[in-house]
Amino acid sequence: MLGRGMFWLFLAVLTVIFIGPIIWMFLTSIKTNPEATAVPPTFLPDSPTFGAYEGLLRLDGSYPVLRWFLNSLLAATLHMALVLVLASTAAYALARLHFRGRGVLFVVIVSTLFVPGFVFLIPNYLIIDQLGWLDTVWALVVPGAASAFGVFFLRQFFSMLPGELEEAALIDGANQWQIFTRVVLPNSKPALATLAVLSFLANWNDFIWPIYVLFSPERLTLPAGLRLLQGAYTTDYPVIMAGAFVASVPVLILFVFTQRYVIEGVSRSGLKG
Amino acid sequence: MAATGVKIRRHAPWTPYAFMAPFLLVFLTFVIGPALLGLWMSLHDWDFMLEYRPFVGLENYAALFDSTSAVFQMFWNGMKATAVFTVASVPFLVAIPLGLAILLNRRFPGRTLFRAVFFMPYVLGVAVVGLLFRFMLDPNIGIVNGLIDLVGLDGVLRSLGVDWPIPWITAQPWAWISLVAMTVWWTLGFNTIIYLAGLQDIPAELYDAAKVDGASGWQQFRHVTLPGLRAVLLFVVTITILASANMFGQALLVTNGGPGDTTRTALIVMLGEGLESFRMGSAAAMSYLLAVFLGIVSIIQVLAMRERRRPRWRS
Repeated sequence: MLGRGMFWLFLAVLTVIFIGPIIWMFLTSIKTNPEATAVPPTFLPDSPTFGAYEGLLRLDGSYPVLRWFLNSLLAATLHMALVLVLASTAAYALARLHFRGRGVLFVVIVSTLFVPGFVFLIPNYLIIDQLGWLDTVWALVVPGAASAFGVFFLRQFFSMLPGELEEAALIDGANQWQIFTRVVLPNSKPALATLAVLSFLANWNDFIWPIYVLFSPERLTLPAGLRLLQGAYTTDYPVIMAGAFVASVPVLILFVFTQRYVIEGVSRSGLKG
Repeated sequence: MAATGVKIRRHAPWTPYAFMAPFLLVFLTFVIGPALLGLWMSLHDWDFMLEYRPFVGLENYAALFDSTSAVFQMFWNGMKATAVFTVASVPFLVAIPLGLAILLNRRFPGRTLFRAVFFMPYVLGVAVVGLLFRFMLDPNIGIVNGLIDLVGLDGVLRSLGVDWPIPWITAQPWAWISLVAMTVWWTLGFNTIIYLAGLQDIPAELYDAAKVDGASGWQQFRHVTLPGLRAVLLFVVTITILASANMFGQALLVTNGGPGDTTRTALIVMLGEGLESFRMGSAAAMSYLLAVFLGIVSIIQVLAMRERRRPRWRS
């Protein structure tokens, strides 16, 4: 076993390795380009400047990062809301209601978790094209919204809620919709929050799908836009790092406030194996 | 279902279907539909630009195995790149997180904080991670070579015959080392958390019993920790292989498939064929073939884990 001092030193080194690059990204974004590309590199900026951000955050610029930011925010929020509605209603039926084919349906939904995602990319592109959704926000919001993981995750949670809550509501004359919205959902806030955060993160960070279904520069999401930015300013590292940092801030903030839920959700997803 | 006979009727017969309907509509359109449509497409000459899509049977699949066809070289080069990446990254992504999880499973102040620290890079997107590492790995101005230079390691490397500055992105094996290292940095927190959940399920009495028997730290690891984590290990290996097979963004953003075509992964090839050259039938066939490969790998893994278990029980 490691000695006490070695143990803490080891953790400190690991912490620098894991947080260091993220801090480096921010420090570079507030340097001037000559300083960012200086050899040997300086650690703290000599004269910090937000110049890189000023150009990026202008709505009318040729690389409208603020517009991409808003596009990403809209798509991720709508996607998250849709996942919550679709997964919670389906999970409620699968967990608490009885109907023919329930078992088979659940097996079919869960078995799609084992099909790798790339199988759906090419045919989904065609379907999105047929629907006339190419280059619109709907292409980002809807296709991934039927989350098999979400249904599985919420079903497990709903199944564990005590039946007495339901009985009491039934005696008070509530119908199933009222039981769902007034009893089951309010008692499932941790599970719903976990799913909300995970689906927001996934949509915000998605890269493959947006770079193929979006074309107009003003409709891109941040990850897709960053790729353009890299091509346009290959050597202006403060600008590129500022763009990357703008794309990171919302998820880092979200993570700091909800990390207990996120980590819990991930560790639960592992327990299904 | 038979047991429900005695229960009072709680809802109209159509109520469950009404609850299922919104999900099923999207699920059928964007999950089940595409899975079947993809199979259908893979049996046709589905050129996006053509008016007719003639049925060609298994020709798209056969072309992937025919060394004289146009796609053969490209496809197997992609499969090879994906395989190299998987073989190189999976051992690190299985072993390092296991070590970290064991470390974080010890009781010490700030344990939760460190869990969050190691998980943090995982919440960043591949677009951000790709740009960040491209900058840090720049041979001339990047911080990685800068730090090596700063501590004087460059002299050591030069005397070993290593090119200086190290061409992290433009020469092999450096490009693979870079892609594997950044992927480990980025995704290691995910596996760590899953191991931690698994470790917490191993009863403390087993360790106590092992200590009473005089087992060393290593023996405890071998005879208590590893067997206790068998199911979790299988899960981690499986999802890590699956994730490696999806490798796309890192290679596109950092090495752009190069040097040469060495890091042009199967997914880059497939999406290029389908969404840039618009030969969607051929691309669909590629995706199913890759999926079948992954299925076979998973089955082999499950069998291998089972086989390994038997002698241990007997001894």
